[in-house]
Amino acid sequence: MAKLDSRQASEMGMRTEQLTGRTQQVFFSPEESDNLTYSWAPEVDFEKHTELDAENRSANEVNRHIRTLMEEGYGSITILNPGAKHSLGVGILSRLSLRFEGSLGYFGCGLLDGPNVVVTGRVGWSCAENMMAGTLVIEKNAGSSFGAAIRGGDLVCKGDVGGRTGIDQKGGTIIAGGRTGAFSGFMMQRGRMVILGDAGKSLGDSMYDGTIYVGGKIADLGVDAVEEDLTEFDCGWLKRKLDLYGMEAANGVENMTKIVSGKQLWNYDNLEPTEKKLIL
Amino acid sequence: MCGIAGLIHKGKSADIGGQLTSMLQSLKHRGPDSTGFALYGNPTENEYVIRFKLAEQADLRTGFRIHDEVKERQAEVDRRLEEMGARVTEKDIATEYARRYRFTFDGDMKRLADYIEDVEDVEILSIGHGLELIKDLGDANTVSGQYDLGGFEGTHAIGHTRMATESDVDIRSAHPYWAYPFNDIALVHNGQLTNYWGFRREMERRGHRFVSDCDSELIAVYIADRMDQGDDLEAAMERSIGELDGVFTYVVATEDKLGMAKDVMAAKPMVIYESDEFVALASEEVAIRSVFPHEIDTYDPYEGEVRVWQS
Repeated sequence: MAKLDSRQASEMGMRTEQLTGRTQQVFFSPEESDNLTYSWAPEVDFEKHTELDAENRSANEVNRHIRTLMEEGYGSITILNPGAKHSLGVGILSRLSLRFEGSLGYFGCGLLDGPNVVVTGRVGWSCAENMMAGTLVIEKNAGSSFGAAIRGGDLVCKGDVGGRTGIDQKGGTIIAGGRTGAFSGFMMQRGRMVILGDAGKSLGDSMYDGTIYVGGKIADLGVDAVEEDLTEFDCGWLKRKLDLYGMEAANGVENMTKIVSGKQLWNYDNLEPTEKKLIL
Repeated sequence: MCGIAGLIHKGKSADIGGQLTSMLQSLKHRGPDSTGFALYGNPTENEYVIRFKLAEQADLRTGFRIHDEVKERQAEVDRRLEEMGARVTEKDIATEYARRYRFTFDGDMKRLADYIEDVEDVEILSIGHGLELIKDLGDANTVSGQYDLGGFEGTHAIGHTRMATESDVDIRSAHPYWAYPFNDIALVHNGQLTNYWGFRREMERRGHRFVSDCDSELIAVYIADRMDQGDDLEAAMERSIGELDGVFTYVVATEDKLGMAKDVMAAKPMVIYESDEFVALASEEVAIRSVFPHEIDTYDPYEGEVRVWQS
């Protein structure tokens, strides 16, 4: 993974809050490869493939069956006839190549942490909510709250996406091949969002970090979202990222619009809430 | 949270009763308290269909005289229809407390409706050339079975599964709402209006009456009122986006059209499937899949979007 120095990060609008010593979160180091997977994660073989027909199974049964197959070593699973059922493919926390031949309903593929997932159809509301790592590629359209609160990984929709895309995004990358609805990037905190089509109104409202790139028209910007010039680094990153998923900006990445936080809405100081209470 | 659904066949009739039952049953988890159907059968030019109830379902479990009272109320409705010059050509007893009449009438429909509703505990659910509005307690299969809706032939329909949050679990509070007293206009809605009371008072000053305190009924009457003032359906719906305040997605139907509108925040869900012959829309795609189990292309309408389809 390419390392960003502070200058590059600043140019891209990513100004990281310094919370050193205040968090209990355990950060993995890429050098400690053992820490990149959970100790209990099943050993799967990507050459071992199977299919699972979801037609007469409940979402719960399908999700349990996926886990059972992973424990049996299957690293490549195709789900047939998902039928737009809700909550399919959720909570997969280790490596897996998963393919849905069809569409998912609400809350599809939430809480992913590592698998590579492809959905050949459409997804409903709140797809990939809280995704942490891995990739999820949707071949058709997506509903609202796409990628709500994602923290990592690549979330790609090749069609149009609904409102509030990437609401509360905390990291990772969201790519929309078509347009997005109102309030996309609302309260974005980190990460990057790429919209190749038009963006609905109030784009990036109240975002306090992160970067949004738009290829089409922007209906209007939300509170404290501002336009910034694209840098060479932005263009390079966009080109590489879009190439990965066979996508391209209609007018070239160099003509995309870059939106970042104006940093005028911040109301944070250096104190944690618990510390504030002590003072008050 | 409630579930709403609609379907329209372009240029032909089909089993809309059975199709809407499947769609609404798939949305049962969004609202198990009551289910309602507004079905648009093949209209006859000179005849109207009236659906009305003589009591609430729960009333039948109270008191010794209720069964006699229901019969007395029906007799009074019959007498008033005759007095107003309406000629009843067909009578169906849908349930002990609900009736469906077909009748001819060439007088003032509002006067007729007001006179019938003046009978204590009688409530008109709908009047129209094609519209038949059925709503009752229970899920879609229960209501559809009770009123024998499977096999109902028509061009378009809208329906609702209700999770009661701010009013009682009864037929009066169930959706859809007929836009009293305008023929053939019905509406289902998922959301909440925040300027309800001010708007309602304004409509009441204009002479409209409401059977419930439900904001969905207000939207139905608002749309009908705008159309009465000369707007077409699409123009009335476009205007509603700016004038109604709150979060809402609603589906409205007239004698030959079906429309949907979403507020400017787009906070309430809607999924649409459209082909050359058919349009289906619902709060969740699983409802559409109950009619089209194979892979289909669907999409979510965007904020402030209004769509209208012709049967």
